[in-house]
Amino acid sequence: MRIIIPAFAAMLLWSACSFNKNDQKRLPIYGNREAVTKTLNGKTVTDTVYQTIPKFEYVNQYGKTITNKSLDGSIYVADFFFTSCPSICPIMHRNMLNVYNEFKNGGNVKILSYSIDPSHDSVAVLKTYADKLGIAGDTWWLLQGKKEETYKLAESYLVAVKEDKGAEGGYVHSGYFVLIDKQKRIRGTYNGTDEKEVSKLITDIKTLQADPEQSIVQ
Amino acid sequence: MRYFVVIALLLTGLCALYACQNEQEIEFKRYFSAGQLVYQTRCQNCHGNEGQGLAALIPPLNDAEFLRNNHSQLVCYLQNGLKGDIIIHNSTYNGHMPASGLSPIETAQVITYVQNSFGNQIGLYDLKQAEADLKKCK
Ligand code: HEC
Repeated sequence: MRIIIPAFAAMLLWSACSFNKNDQKRLPIYGNREAVTKTLNGKTVTDTVYQTIPKFEYVNQYGKTITNKSLDGSIYVADFFFTSCPSICPIMHRNMLNVYNEFKNGGNVKILSYSIDPSHDSVAVLKTYADKLGIAGDTWWLLQGKKEETYKLAESYLVAVKEDKGAEGGYVHSGYFVLIDKQKRIRGTYNGTDEKEVSKLITDIKTLQADPEQSIVQ
Repeated sequence: MRYFVVIALLLTGLCALYACQNEQEIEFKRYFSAGQLVYQTRCQNCHGNEGQGLAALIPPLNDAEFLRNNHSQLVCYLQNGLKGDIIIHNSTYNGHMPASGLSPIETAQVITYVQNSFGNQIGLYDLKQAEADLKKCK
C-alpha cells in the first residue's frame, strides 16, 4: 500500500503534466478515490471523487471553536502532537516554525496541530506552549478535542496515532505533516522530522497556491 | 659521555611528555566522538543539531557560564531529569527534561561533547568525575 499510493500519485502527476500542456506543475491527490457516474444533460459522465477530510470540531489555544468550516478557503497543514512529547514533537515543531514563518503574513495558509493527549493539553496548556514557541495570531492553531475522534480523524489524514504505555511519553505516532487543499483533499505528506522534506512542503504549498483550481472561491 | 646522558635524558623526558599529552588528547577524542553519537540519538531532537534549543520551550546548550557554574550537577540533570526555573543567557526557562536513562559512561561522553561544542570549550569530563558527581546529586 505504501508504494502503491505514491506510485499511483506519480502516475497521476505524470499524466497531469503530459496531457495539460498549459498547466504548470501540479501536486498529486492522495487518498482513496471513487468513480461516480451520473447523468448530466442526458449524457452519462464519470467523475472521480477524492477522499476529503471529514467534519470535525475542536477548541484552539484561544478557547475558540474550530471546525472544518473554519478552514474554508484556506490551504492548510496538519500534524498530530502532544505538548509533553519527549521524542519527535520538538523536531517537528522546530521544522513547522519554518512553515509558520514563511506564511504567517497572509497567503491563506493555516497550520493545525491536533493534540493527541487532550486530558493533559488543556486550552491553557496549549496557550502556554504557543507562547513559548513564539507563535501568535491566527495562522497556527493548537487544537484540543475528544481523544477517540482525534484518533479517527488521524486516519483520514493517513497518519498513524495510538496510545501505548510502553512508548516514550505514552503514545506512538508518526511525525507526518499533511498538506490539505481548499477542497479538503490530501495533496502531500511530509516527514516532519526531516528539515529537507519540510522545505519541500514549503515549495509545494507555493505550487498549490499557484494552482488555478485553488483560486476557486468556496 | 656526560653530554650524551643529558641529551638522552632530555629526549626521554620529551618523549614521555609528548606521549602523555597525546594520550590525553586521544582520551578526549574518544569521549567526544562517542558523546557526539549519544547527542545525536538522545538529545538532538530537543536541543537541536546546533544546540540551539527550541524557542522558549527548550534551552540552548551554548551558555558556557551556566555549564561551568552548574558543572557537577549536569550529570544529575541527565540522570534524574530537570524541572523548574533555570536561567540561560538571561532568559528563564521552565520546562521539563525527562531522565535520560543513560549509563554513567554515556553521560560522561555526552557532557564532554556538549561542553566542547556549540562554542563551549570546557575540556574533558571523564567517567571518574561523573561517578564522583553522581554520588553528590541532590
Ligand atoms: C524531551 C526533550 C529533551 C531531551 C531529549 C533532552 N533535553 Fe536537556 N533539557 C530539556 C529541557 C526542557 C530543559 C530545561 C529544563 C528546565 O527548564 O528546568 C533541558 C535542560 C538541559 C540542560 C541545562 C540547561 C542548559 O541549557 O544548559 C542541559 C545541560 C541539557 N538539558 C542537556 C541535555 C543532554 C546532554 C541531553 C541528551 C542526553 C538532553 N539534554 C536531552 C529538554 C530535553
